[in-house]
Amino acid sequence: MQKYSIFSLIKNAFSNHKDWEVAWKDSEPKKEYDVLIIGAGGHGLATAYYLAKEHKITNVAVLEKGWLGGGNVGRNTTILRSNYMFDPNGLFYEYGMKMWENLSQELNYNVMYSPRGIINLAHSDAQMNVFYRRGNSMRLNGIDAVMLGRDELKKMIPFADFSESARFPIFGGLMQPRGGTARHDAVAWGYARQADSMGVDIIQHCEVTGFDVQNGKLQGVQTSRGNIKAKKVGLCVAGSTSLLAEKLNMKLPIESHVLQACVSEPVKPFLDHVVTFGAGHFYCSQSDKGEMVMGGDLDGYNSYAQRGNLPTLQHVLTEGVAMFPNLSRLKMLRTWGGIMDMSMDGSPIIDKTHIDGVYLNCGWCYGGFKATPVSGWTFAYTIAKDQVHELSSKYRLDRFNTGHLIDEKGLGTKTWIG
Amino acid sequence: MLEIKCPYCGSRSQNEFSYGGDSNIKRPELGKEVSDKDWDNFIYLRKNPRGKHSELWHHVAGCRQWFKVLRDTSTHEIFKTAKLTEEL
Repeated sequence: MQKYSIFSLIKNAFSNHKDWEVAWKDSEPKKEYDVLIIGAGGHGLATAYYLAKEHKITNVAVLEKGWLGGGNVGRNTTILRSNYMFDPNGLFYEYGMKMWENLSQELNYNVMYSPRGIINLAHSDAQMNVFYRRGNSMRLNGIDAVMLGRDELKKMIPFADFSESARFPIFGGLMQPRGGTARHDAVAWGYARQADSMGVDIIQHCEVTGFDVQNGKLQGVQTSRGNIKAKKVGLCVAGSTSLLAEKLNMKLPIESHVLQACVSEPVKPFLDHVVTFGAGHFYCSQSDKGEMVMGGDLDGYNSYAQRGNLPTLQHVLTEGVAMFPNLSRLKMLRTWGGIMDMSMDGSPIIDKTHIDGVYLNCGWCYGGFKATPVSGWTFAYTIAKDQVHELSSKYRLDRFNTGHLIDEKGLGTKTWIG
Repeated sequence: MLEIKCPYCGSRSQNEFSYGGDSNIKRPELGKEVSDKDWDNFIYLRKNPRGKHSELWHHVAGCRQWFKVLRDTSTHEIFKTAKLTEEL
């Protein structure tokens, strides 16, 4: 594989950039593989990469119904963080944060990792107390957390509404300085390129239509491009997990919901951090191109449409303008929607299943992108060793029967509330 | 914007309603022995089809009645609405 560097860039400049190798092959399906991964999104590609790199399993195919990176890895708002209170989440995502720090070097692909800090705004003494508690829990798990007062925030995000008339006055905030953003497409492309170079086949436009299971053991899958034999298959199809699970006669504690995001026209540097205004269902950051990247809550009803509806968008942007009044002058460039696997406790599922050789990676709710490296890391381990990784050992499916839920928000089982 | 026909008030904009999820969930009968599995399924398992979905909506900013809606989850098309006591 061609190494990307300043020297390869200069060298290729002399040939008008016509001699670059393809980043990954457009593979045809073979008859049989050791492991199949369904879904060429961030998690699927990362899993294939770590299977090849860490576990030396290279006879792997990644099957993708659409095109590489066309699902949620290309539809998120690129935020990285590990600002969780509960130990299983904190430790899992913090391991992921450490992987992000070296990911560009690891993949020889610039994922534009930008630890610009993520700030959660608080609007009352009670909310400040809750944030102190979460910040302390984070610190006990070795995660960076800083409480900010109103005066500090005034200097950091001067365009927020600090006036007397603000509907939700800013009392302060909790910041994770190492939180930030990364270029979402580059993550998918970087993993795809490295996985491909180690022998993984990435097969696009190949929809899995059924599973061949005999005596409780996986034998292979049926696809729109023929049958493929395999002893192991990993599902990385967040958004459509229930549909594939149904083909395996499994019912999962998951609902599919659409989550919208949008970007404005590009403007000069305006916001240096990721800022969440949770009380108003709004968060935003500014992309390197200068666009304001904004999002909020679910549309609020089951949906497989990768597009949303105007009332939610209007609500999100109304709150956005309340927090950053001069956003009102911006034009919108694009809006889009992605389908979230909303699990019944708000936490993901990485596990084996009752079928030998079928592995589950799903239920990522709003937060799948930041978990891409650590999800691939732990899922590859689970598939290779047929046992659950210690880091994801609390994300098992049977927690819904044993009662060991990880309900970070304390919301109960109404996924549509968020 | 969805336009939802409340069986009591007629067609109104989506802004007046809130969502209640799968309408087929039945609470295990009171006073009877319920296995852990049945109870877990009642709490955590919902239908999640791509296509026609029978669900509950609440006319929260109107008559405050709950009712059933048959809606397509991939196109958002609404086929039919009915009172809770009626069949969809």
